[in-house]
Amino acid sequence: MLKTRIIPCLDVKDGRVVKGVNFVDLIDAGDPVESAKAYDAAGADELCFLDIAATLENRGTLYDAARRTAEQCFMPLTIGGGVRGADDVRSLLLAGADKVSFNSAAVANPDIVSEAANKFGNQCIVVAIDAKTVSDGNWEIFTHGGTRETGINAVDFAKLMVSKGAGEILLTSMDRDGTKAGYNLPLTRAISDAVSVPVIASGGVGNLDHLVEGVTQGHASAVLAASIFHFGTYTIAEAKAHMAQAGIAVRNAA
Amino acid sequence: MKTAIIDYNSGNLRSAEKSFQRMATSPTDIVVTSDPAVVARAERIVLPGVGAFADCRQGLGSYEGLFEAIEEATQKRAIPFLGICVGMQMLATWGREHGQNTAGFDWISGEVVEIAPTDASLKIPHMGWNALENISDHPVLDGISAGDHAYFVHSYQLAADDAADIQATADYGGPVTAVVAKDNIIGTQFHPEKSQSTGLRFIENFLNWRP
Repeated sequence: MLKTRIIPCLDVKDGRVVKGVNFVDLIDAGDPVESAKAYDAAGADELCFLDIAATLENRGTLYDAARRTAEQCFMPLTIGGGVRGADDVRSLLLAGADKVSFNSAAVANPDIVSEAANKFGNQCIVVAIDAKTVSDGNWEIFTHGGTRETGINAVDFAKLMVSKGAGEILLTSMDRDGTKAGYNLPLTRAISDAVSVPVIASGGVGNLDHLVEGVTQGHASAVLAASIFHFGTYTIAEAKAHMAQAGIAVRNAA
Repeated sequence: MKTAIIDYNSGNLRSAEKSFQRMATSPTDIVVTSDPAVVARAERIVLPGVGAFADCRQGLGSYEGLFEAIEEATQKRAIPFLGICVGMQMLATWGREHGQNTAGFDWISGEVVEIAPTDASLKIPHMGWNALENISDHPVLDGISAGDHAYFVHSYQLAADDAADIQATADYGGPVTAVVAKDNIIGTQFHPEKSQSTGLRFIENFLNWRP
């Protein structure tokens, strides 16, 4: 039986983890490599590495950090941030990514997703969707760190991305991100039910019940969280035990 | 003792390279190559592969002499060969994808078909950690037990004609072929290089395998 995945997310800026990572046993709390090692040992199911300040100038830093992080990862690694096209996908795959995530560039030109999916296969193309509630039951895509409204309906966009070859959707609720109030469940469910590919729920996790709800009510295939794990509020093992108790099939922590 | 990981511009090669290096006696024993001359001297071959069957088959064919070198090594010299994901699917007689029929290596009799879970709510691709079942006593599966998890990402699977070629399965709304093997050939639908301790164990076994 396929297990629900628990995915810690590293937000990386200039080659360093930001949003504060606070493992007790880390030598360097800001080093993505140390974080990757700790999560690998803790039995995380995948790791997500997002370069949140992706600019042309720090590409070199990103590849270097990605390469060193991948060295420590014997689990699937998704890398995203500023990915513009098939060339970036290839560079990141060569750096050690298993999947590469598109965001703003896919909104600007959905065809880059099909180009990359045709070249590298759907299984390694993730589309990250940042959605905001505009009215009850209606969510829209925002880009450029949530500052730019696009007027594009999030559910329609998710379907379009899957038709272009996205193998997975990483769905972040901008209303909930950082609030610790839990995932936006109606949004998560609307998109999970609308597409055939797995959806990763993201944004807003404050406790372990939120992870459970993401699956039972949001119908997500995988749950992503950052701060609850980084700050040591909960371990991966605790998260898995809690989900198992709620009747969700998870892989035992390594 | 050189293990050649075949580079034909497909997928997460670096991932495969580093996990094999980790389990090898010496990291220099692992070579990533698309050079038929290197393959001709290799003592083990690993063929990764992601994406579509036809694209992988065509990609492999676009390197002059590469497939012939692999065939000579596996069929005449009979050295150990491991295919991963689409690299495993290409062992079959036929790939049937998107209405296209593409000839495979035909080392394992069978065809590659879309997975069709009985439960329609199950997502395609089959992506994530699934438990291995029906594990045979194949030496490369030594120390791996039913219930151990491996990482899968695929929408198609190898339906083998001879059930004896299937060495392990996973359940995804019905049985999915997880490992096939015959003589000096073995293939995994899952990604051993991404399957943490279970995957590393498999890789170590492969590197020590003397069929």
